[in-house]
Amino acid sequence: MAGSILGKLFPFSRAARAEQTARRAAERDQLRKAAGDAAIPSISVRDLSLSFGGAPVLEHLDLDIMDGEFLVLLGPSGCGKSTLLNCIAGLIDLTDGQIFIKGWNVTWEEPKDRHIGMVFQSYALYPQMTVRRNLSFGLSSAGVPKDEISKRIARTAELLQIEPLLDRRPSQLSGGQRQRVAIGRALVRDVDVFLFDEPLSNLDAKLRSELRVEIKRLHQRLANTMVYVTHDQIEAMTLADRIAVMKSGQIQQLGAPHEIYDRPVNRFVAGFLGSPQMNFLSGQLQSGPPRAFRAGDMSVPLDRYAFDKPDAAGGPCVLGVRPESVAIGADGSARPFSREVEIEIVEPMGANTLVWTKLADTNFAFLVDSQSRLKAGERVTIGFDPARASLFDEATGVRM
Amino acid sequence: MADPASLEAAASRSPAVSRQLAGPRGRKPRPTVSRRNAFLYGTLIVLALYYLLPLYVMVVTSLKGMPEIRLGNIFSPPVDITFEPWVKAWATACTGLNCDGLSRGFWNSVRITVPSVVLSIAIASVNGYALANWRFKGANIFFTILIVGSFIPYQVMIYPIVIILRDIGLYGSLWGLVIVHSIFGMPILTLLFRNYFTSVPEELFRAARVDGAGFWGIYFKIMMPMSLPIFVVALIIQTTGIWNDFLFGVIYTKPESYPMTVQLNNIVNSTQGVKEYNVNMAATILTGLVPLSVYFASGKLFVRGIAAGAVKG
Repeated sequence: MAGSILGKLFPFSRAARAEQTARRAAERDQLRKAAGDAAIPSISVRDLSLSFGGAPVLEHLDLDIMDGEFLVLLGPSGCGKSTLLNCIAGLIDLTDGQIFIKGWNVTWEEPKDRHIGMVFQSYALYPQMTVRRNLSFGLSSAGVPKDEISKRIARTAELLQIEPLLDRRPSQLSGGQRQRVAIGRALVRDVDVFLFDEPLSNLDAKLRSELRVEIKRLHQRLANTMVYVTHDQIEAMTLADRIAVMKSGQIQQLGAPHEIYDRPVNRFVAGFLGSPQMNFLSGQLQSGPPRAFRAGDMSVPLDRYAFDKPDAAGGPCVLGVRPESVAIGADGSARPFSREVEIEIVEPMGANTLVWTKLADTNFAFLVDSQSRLKAGERVTIGFDPARASLFDEATGVRM
Repeated sequence: MADPASLEAAASRSPAVSRQLAGPRGRKPRPTVSRRNAFLYGTLIVLALYYLLPLYVMVVTSLKGMPEIRLGNIFSPPVDITFEPWVKAWATACTGLNCDGLSRGFWNSVRITVPSVVLSIAIASVNGYALANWRFKGANIFFTILIVGSFIPYQVMIYPIVIILRDIGLYGSLWGLVIVHSIFGMPILTLLFRNYFTSVPEELFRAARVDGAGFWGIYFKIMMPMSLPIFVVALIIQTTGIWNDFLFGVIYTKPESYPMTVQLNNIVNSTQGVKEYNVNMAATILTGLVPLSVYFASGKLFVRGIAAGAVKG
């Protein structure tokens, strides 16, 4: 550590540094050719651990991100998703493990040598510089010639439609414009990998959905690898090729959005994704045959449910049903499981209406069309298909 | 809330409601001269006069001739205004052997203050930056040592420093004093800069690192341009502190390189002949003029810098 500080205080001569950079670039190119571009993941995290003063933040984390993939790290605050991103960026020194970018071991590299661009939640624009200087700062640090810099700035500004803002200062921009410039600052450097650290969290709802679409468009156009940290599940679902759901320093599930939504591997993932939240009913798994879920006087047939563990024994378990997979009326009674219930509360949400009732003495919510004028106290038949539900072990929370 | 129309309707039926409707509306009136205001401004004016009185006495005395001073009315304004004492204090007042007044001390003080201020701010700002942004191993220990250093009384260190300066051959020279001032300014200035740089958003620093700026690049291109107020605060603290210093000046320099404060003391305390109060007063004001003008010139920035640590952004 002391050595690296000395190195930072007294860097080599400019020529020596340039030579070192050139040598590294050559080695990288060789490595890429040798392995064949398609074969190496864009980012590869191997057995990464990190602890702050003895308290573990990330534990034995493995993650491969493919070339051109849009990966979203999703999780509640404090789950380590931003920390993982900062580790990939090289802004936090890790305790153990390795990080590869394009097959190149960057575990000990400085952030600037990792060929990454990063966008921050607070935009982090340099307040005393104009937008143009903000964009060119990284390029001039890297010694890119002047005419090349202005060419790249023009291209980026056009792509993000920030040309009229180039001579303003960050304080003269709105939140959305600032974030556009921040994205531009990452784009202009022509990097392998983009890292987004909750870039839309400081914006209001309308701007957020606008910029979300824009980021998606950008990804389709550039086809770069992007890693995106968020706690907003809508951002995650809409943007991601794959989502990594994290909790307390570990990846709970990694998969395509629909996969994570439809087949959550445990109760945490099931409850974290989806709004309104999934209903959880506690009961017993009847080992059968035929197998069924029992709670009170209610019995849900599970003969069409695809078990993760086909030999799962009977015992206490939790059935998860998404509010939108519930049907009412004639539709409902046509489902493999149906039952008449009394409506307790009706919450109109605009596009649809959330209706609360009780099922097996547990609060149970389901979504209906906003046109169906249900009233509290009414009785209605609801039904759902157990094949689309999720069954979790009561003790471990793991999908059965 | 009842809507206005229904209130109007109710008013036509009930006199109580219509009385309420005709009642207070808009901004609440406050009297300009109230007991509270009289007390507040009275106290402030009395205190301001109390603080300004000595300055007034100094100014009027310095503009009087000696015969007028001997009358003893120190508060009375001068009858014939004379600038003779000011000229004498600056150019011809005697201290020991040389009779060139405060002018020699003024230039000595400039030659001591300017390098000390520049050196101490340059080092302390880099210290503060390294401590705040580059969390290297042992940073907290270094910082603690630095802060503890500022609690040790000066008197303890006077003699060891004399020996050190003598051994490195700087004792009695202006540069020796410059080094002493820079070292003694270090703890408070480092603390000042560290706290300011800590309030700069961390993400800005990270963005600069991703952009490829190194230790000095971030310091000169990002941190320094953002931190003008705190540099002004440091400038004021150091300029006034070093200009007003007497103890180090008298200990670590020789008579021909005494700073202005020591020179002033020698003029005021010279025991030969009559006490020339008007010259003494003029000399004192002259000496205090530099810190005073620094405050007047940069007071606004000073307040902004002191407050800046509290506000994010």
